[in-house]
Amino acid sequence: MSRIVDRRLNGKNKSAVNRQKFIRRFRNQIKKAVADAIAERSVTDLDKSEKVSIPTKDTSEPFFHHGEGGQRERIHPGNKEFQQGDRFPRPKGGAKGRGKQASDSGEGLDDFIFELTREEFLEFFFEDLELPNLVKTKLATINETKKVRAGHTSEGVPSNINIIRSLRGAMGRRIALRAPYNNRLKQAEAELETLLKQHDKSHAVVKVLEEEIEQLKKKIKRIPFIDTFDLRYDNRIDQPKPTTQAVMFCIMDVSGSMGYQEKDMAKRFFMLLYLFLTRTYEKIQVVFISHHTVASEVDEQTFFYSRETGGTVVSSALELTSKIIQERFPTSEWNIYAAQASDGDNWDNDSVACRKIMTERIMPYVQYYAYIEITEDRHQNLWQEYLSLKSDWGNFAMQRIEQIVDIYPVFRKLFQKQSE
Amino acid sequence: MSRKPISETSEWTFELIEKYHQEIQRIARDFGLDTYPVQLEIITAEQMMDAYASVGMPIGYTHWSFGKEFVKNEGQYKRGQMGLAYEIVINSDPCIAYLMEENSMTMQALVIAHAAYGHNSFFKNNYLFKTWTSADAIIDYLLFAKNYIAKCEERYGEEQVEAILDSCHALKNFGVDRYKRPAQLSMAEERERQQEREEYLQSQVNQLWRTVPAKEQQTDDLIKETCFPEEPEENILYFIEKNAPLLEPWQREIVRIVRKIAQYFYPQRQTQVMNEGWATFWHYTILNQLYDEGLVTDGFIIEFLQSHTNVVYQPAFDSPYYSGINPYALGFAMMTDIRRICENPTDEDKHWFPDIAGSDWLKTMHFAMQNFKDESFISQYLSPKVIRDFKLFSVLDDDREKDIEVTSIHNEINYQYIRQSLSEQYNLGSIEPNIQVFNVNRSGDRSLILRHTQFNRMPLDKSAAEVMKHVRRLWGFDVYLETVSENGSVVQVFECGSSGLFTF
Repeated sequence: MSRIVDRRLNGKNKSAVNRQKFIRRFRNQIKKAVADAIAERSVTDLDKSEKVSIPTKDTSEPFFHHGEGGQRERIHPGNKEFQQGDRFPRPKGGAKGRGKQASDSGEGLDDFIFELTREEFLEFFFEDLELPNLVKTKLATINETKKVRAGHTSEGVPSNINIIRSLRGAMGRRIALRAPYNNRLKQAEAELETLLKQHDKSHAVVKVLEEEIEQLKKKIKRIPFIDTFDLRYDNRIDQPKPTTQAVMFCIMDVSGSMGYQEKDMAKRFFMLLYLFLTRTYEKIQVVFISHHTVASEVDEQTFFYSRETGGTVVSSALELTSKIIQERFPTSEWNIYAAQASDGDNWDNDSVACRKIMTERIMPYVQYYAYIEITEDRHQNLWQEYLSLKSDWGNFAMQRIEQIVDIYPVFRKLFQKQSE
Repeated sequence: MSRKPISETSEWTFELIEKYHQEIQRIARDFGLDTYPVQLEIITAEQMMDAYASVGMPIGYTHWSFGKEFVKNEGQYKRGQMGLAYEIVINSDPCIAYLMEENSMTMQALVIAHAAYGHNSFFKNNYLFKTWTSADAIIDYLLFAKNYIAKCEERYGEEQVEAILDSCHALKNFGVDRYKRPAQLSMAEERERQQEREEYLQSQVNQLWRTVPAKEQQTDDLIKETCFPEEPEENILYFIEKNAPLLEPWQREIVRIVRKIAQYFYPQRQTQVMNEGWATFWHYTILNQLYDEGLVTDGFIIEFLQSHTNVVYQPAFDSPYYSGINPYALGFAMMTDIRRICENPTDEDKHWFPDIAGSDWLKTMHFAMQNFKDESFISQYLSPKVIRDFKLFSVLDDDREKDIEVTSIHNEINYQYIRQSLSEQYNLGSIEPNIQVFNVNRSGDRSLILRHTQFNRMPLDKSAAEVMKHVRRLWGFDVYLETVSENGSVVQVFECGSSGLFTF
């Protein structure tokens, strides 16, 4: 009459399709929410899910129902002191008991709030940057592995043969296979000895026994020293690559000429670089260096939101970077990445100094150095100096950015290098 | 009669569920509960949310609105703002009841008694469910619907299908027959006839909109004189499915699917108080019987009573938790009171319920369960005692008056009045606006006129304008919605034409 069915192993994501449809439908609102979230998030905090809120009226599904007004009578429970005929001013926000109806009509002010998963969030983040799909997958998955030892197997390639294990196995096999013959041999030899006391060496019985002993010795000899059966191979399996540590330098010009817009673009650029690094390295430190005429190491908040005025001496930041690298991040332990954002403005004589510091004290030590110039004006003198760096160093990339979509090309080079 | 309890701890196992189920089934049979075979399905919390999102349909077609429902529940659940309801039960044969794996043994037993026996027997025996739903065919039909819509998405694009579904959903409360008995559903026949129906329907529509000038004079005159439809049609989706001039055959089929499913859920919307009251009454009665027989421990019954008390809690009107009358509370109180009236009638009961006072309570309750819906159930069985216990009072809100007025309270002279108003409060006919297809301008611009007949001067919510866009999408030509007051004059018109939306 009855059945009990265990459905727990059935897919739990029956709603996944519906969820996707929902997200597709409210693309624009979600995109805006993601953009807002990026502005609020810290550079190192990108890789998380995000709460998104959409105005309720956008998501409501309309249907015919009564609005306020007319004449209606409602029954309520819990009367305390009311008497028939009591009159009261109409409560604000609809009559009693209609609170629920009002919100059903979708005109409540509360936003519809839900959570985007990390993957969905990144999807929207990437979309803005117009990353090609290949790069998206690279960023979204961790697929680097390393071979690690995992015991021994009886099958494998010759180069992995474990000699000690194989020989130990062979020896065991030889002992085991020899055992019955050895026993018989000892016995036969003992018999021979007693026979020899009674008979002549040429006696037929002695001959027979000697022949048997000969046979046994041959048999024992024929047991192979090593057999394919004995071979043992070192086993190696794929394990996610144990990642090393990296440090990322964010260098930004905070002089008066960098406005909110420029900083936002720089922030997205830094975020993308950080995200890329998290795919490759387990531990990442971020160093924020801001500069105008002098450079200083600051925390993220100050980095993005403080506003300084005055001139610009880029070399000050490079000096500081070089100093920090030498003091705290030996290249034997750290992979060093640096990203510099600026509007390109610099003191005239300083740009030459910049190139010198870069060539001598920074480029040899870093994995990658990216420079973005955020400006709509013509190129400034720093750009010209950096151009020559670009031809000398393969790990140097530079790009002028006017819009957010321009950020990606800077990365193209980096990813190309990765896929080689 | 003292026996060894079935289990001592709150952990459940498949064997224990089976044992509890057998005992619950035995007791339910003793009380004469007639049910479909039971299928208990163990699911995870995530799966429960899936089930939520598809409004309890075990198989549903895909649509963004279900996704919205899902992310909403998921968020609330994760933030801990919402516990998951402990029961979802499908009106199908066999009757499927979900048990969530996180629940304790007590809760599982509660759900089995509540859903698999309470709701199940209600589904099988209540006249509305018997008339309007086919428990043996619904799963097949949902499967057909899911596959059909998936096929349409493939062939005509997801956006096209989504647009039609959006529009149908907006009208789904107006896609039910309230009085006519619908044809039985069966997937095999559905599929067989579907092709045939597509062609036939299209030919009918073509007939209706024929512009070939054969016997022109005559037909023209005829059309001018008669309204079409001849009688106003309450089932708007049905009318659209059969008569909308521009819909493709597959679009008609989708309209049909939405209204068929709406029809399937229609009885549930009309029997909330009764259905929940009945199920709650039985979980309470059955589990107490288990306790009396010594089959469950004190701990079990205390855990049970705690959740039971939460379920039937009715906050007063001035409580921050108040959101209308709790159907579990009212239903349970009324069911329990019917039993009391049968077993221990007072003089008052004998006066109010001469037919049932002192009668066999099981027979009386089964009769009540089988033959009523919320509206009539309340008007028949709401007793003065329940009115007093709930301290019910009525408030009249008339927008012509400055104040609202308490029109009755729980005293002798008002019992009848309160009973009548509460019954009216559950009358879907007056809760939902009365909107019907009134006329189609067949010889002219093919516009569709819907008529909203006002009740107690209640206006339509202004979101009606949005709904009209959907009506227009389905109809394909201009649509009008006239609101007619009780004295017959048109007081408001929504118009949705190709050039936009007007209200005047």
